[in-house]
Amino acid sequence: MGVNSEQKAVPTVAPIGPGPSQDLVIKAVADQLQEKGFVLSSVDLLVNWARTGSLWPATFGLACCAIEMMHTACSRYDIDRFGIIFRPSPRASDLMIVAGTVTNKMAPALRRVYDQIAEPRYVLSMGSCANGGGYYYHSYSVVRGVDRIVPVDIYVPGCPPTAEALLYGLLQLKKKIRRTGTIAR
Amino acid sequence: MMQALTDLGEYISSTLSQDVLAAEVLKGELMITVRLAAVQKVMTFLRDDAQCLFKQCMDVCGVDYPEREQRFQVVYNLLSLKHNQRIRVKVDTDAETAVPTVTGVYSSAGWFEREAWDMYGIRFADHPDLRRILTDYGFEGHPLRKDFPVSGYLEVRYDDEQKRVVYDPVKLTQDFRNFDSLSPWEGILPGDEKAERKV
Repeated sequence: MGVNSEQKAVPTVAPIGPGPSQDLVIKAVADQLQEKGFVLSSVDLLVNWARTGSLWPATFGLACCAIEMMHTACSRYDIDRFGIIFRPSPRASDLMIVAGTVTNKMAPALRRVYDQIAEPRYVLSMGSCANGGGYYYHSYSVVRGVDRIVPVDIYVPGCPPTAEALLYGLLQLKKKIRRTGTIAR
Repeated sequence: MMQALTDLGEYISSTLSQDVLAAEVLKGELMITVRLAAVQKVMTFLRDDAQCLFKQCMDVCGVDYPEREQRFQVVYNLLSLKHNQRIRVKVDTDAETAVPTVTGVYSSAGWFEREAWDMYGIRFADHPDLRRILTDYGFEGHPLRKDFPVSGYLEVRYDDEQKRVVYDPVKLTQDFRNFDSLSPWEGILPGDEKAERKV
């Protein structure tokens, strides 16, 4: 627990919704691009934009939560539209969604998958079992919370959490990255 | 259907009178109890006899009765597609006495017997590969025995210094809670017949 690295807050610009004020910003950027041929931005903002815009999770479905995770990925909730695309390989991912009961036997494998993810990496713990053992807290074979094995960024409660809940958790993670992300993590 | 089961039980116990200790039909299901040494013989008979043809072994499970001298029971559930019948075969054993394996009769029994060994520590003689099947690598104890504590003995965590997952003695921060099993609604709500029903 508490293996998480220190994170320092980075000043960020609040996103501007659609409307006249957004049109104004877009027009200013377009004009600048037309006139000078380049646009100035802060590197942190650019890096965070890139990170949050293509957050690729390594699929770690372990139990029934994985079904809800699939629902989140399917056409109704469609996390592709947020740039979140499931990857079969940890080496191609930025995020691990631990969906389901982590058993003692699975714990070393889970840690290995986490270790194979390149930095910066994030972990989202989905469901009661992964959050803290849940229903199986007193069991002889279940890890009492995945945060005993890997540092967790976002906990999504529920048994299992709905697809909306997972989606909300992912959006919270994006917010967290935008708020705390630095070039070196 | 009931009559057919009773007849079948009588047929089996009269044909194998030396090996079948008891045969009874309970709640519409046929159960026979078998002598330990005769398990393979009885199972082969049940599989091959024209009136039985229990060709499928659906499950092999264990039961722990700590108060009995022969503590464990192995229960085989067989299915006959030909006659649309099921049968349950029971064998009593203890922690030391090995039950003859039925992998030679039903190849599907291999993993079932491994599970019974893993969960109860029931030994099976001449099993081709009697390893644990479900529990963790290096697990000690047999978790479905009545004297096994439900929380086990070890828990895992990642050790940042050793850079690996390590085992620690189990330490629960939250203890078992005592649930009051008496229903506060007893005699209050209409339709609460469950509370009255004898189990």
